[in-house]
Amino acid sequence: MPLDINAIFDTHAKSLALGSQRIGVLAANIANADTPNYKARDIDFKAAMRDAGPEPVRMRGTQPGHFGVGDREQTEVLYRIPDQPSEDGNTVDAQRESAAVAETALRYQASLSFLNMRIRGLKLAITGSR
Amino acid sequence: MSLLNIFDVTGSAMAAQTVRMNTTASNLANAETTASSPEEAYRARNPVFQTVYRSAFDDASAGVRVTGILPNDTEPQRVYKPGDAMADDDGYVYLSNVNVVDELVNMISASRSYQSSVEVLNTSKELLMRTLSLGQ
Repeated sequence: MPLDINAIFDTHAKSLALGSQRIGVLAANIANADTPNYKARDIDFKAAMRDAGPEPVRMRGTQPGHFGVGDREQTEVLYRIPDQPSEDGNTVDAQRESAAVAETALRYQASLSFLNMRIRGLKLAITGSR
Repeated sequence: MSLLNIFDVTGSAMAAQTVRMNTTASNLANAETTASSPEEAYRARNPVFQTVYRSAFDDASAGVRVTGILPNDTEPQRVYKPGDAMADDDGYVYLSNVNVVDELVNMISASRSYQSSVEVLNTSKELLMRTLSLGQ
């Protein structure tokens, strides 16, 4: 079986990129928690990881204006539906944002741990238990 | 690199909340200021926050900016105090229009928002440091 190093790191590398993008969006929400008319945004982590899977589903483009599914560089940023809209038009919920940051940080660290383990395993295979 | 942008975003939020704390401090300091005409009376000032995007292509990292500091246009209260040094010819002084309760609420809100930003900053710093030590 040929060793494909890209395949070993691919999923977790994508998870790291997605995680850092999501924390960026959440940081913008928290920064604008007191800005009138700011609408909170987020990315759908699960759907984005599904899109970033090893074999992304490709749609056939028959017209020049057709978009592909897997060729997005940046994941789409969506607007959050507020539980409790405030009077000034701001839809940021500080508790929800903090919880999402904590969750994303945990996912990020989990991916880092997996990557570290894989790197350690590869090193062990290369050096032969030295 | 998205994690590095977070430092700009949270930094702008912390700066904006600091401006808000500053206006609150000067409002509270001037809550008892008297004047001899409504024009001279101290008026509470409040910062106006606005979202600022880093670039047209990256609408995810949106910081915040203080676009101006506007005075509160509530009319100052007129009180009869003939003994006051600032009293006008009829013995009236004009108090500042600072609402102490509003200011205290503003202060708590600003300090909580600042804390949230610091927390996000610390989290992303830790993630960056861990990413840097990947594979060691």
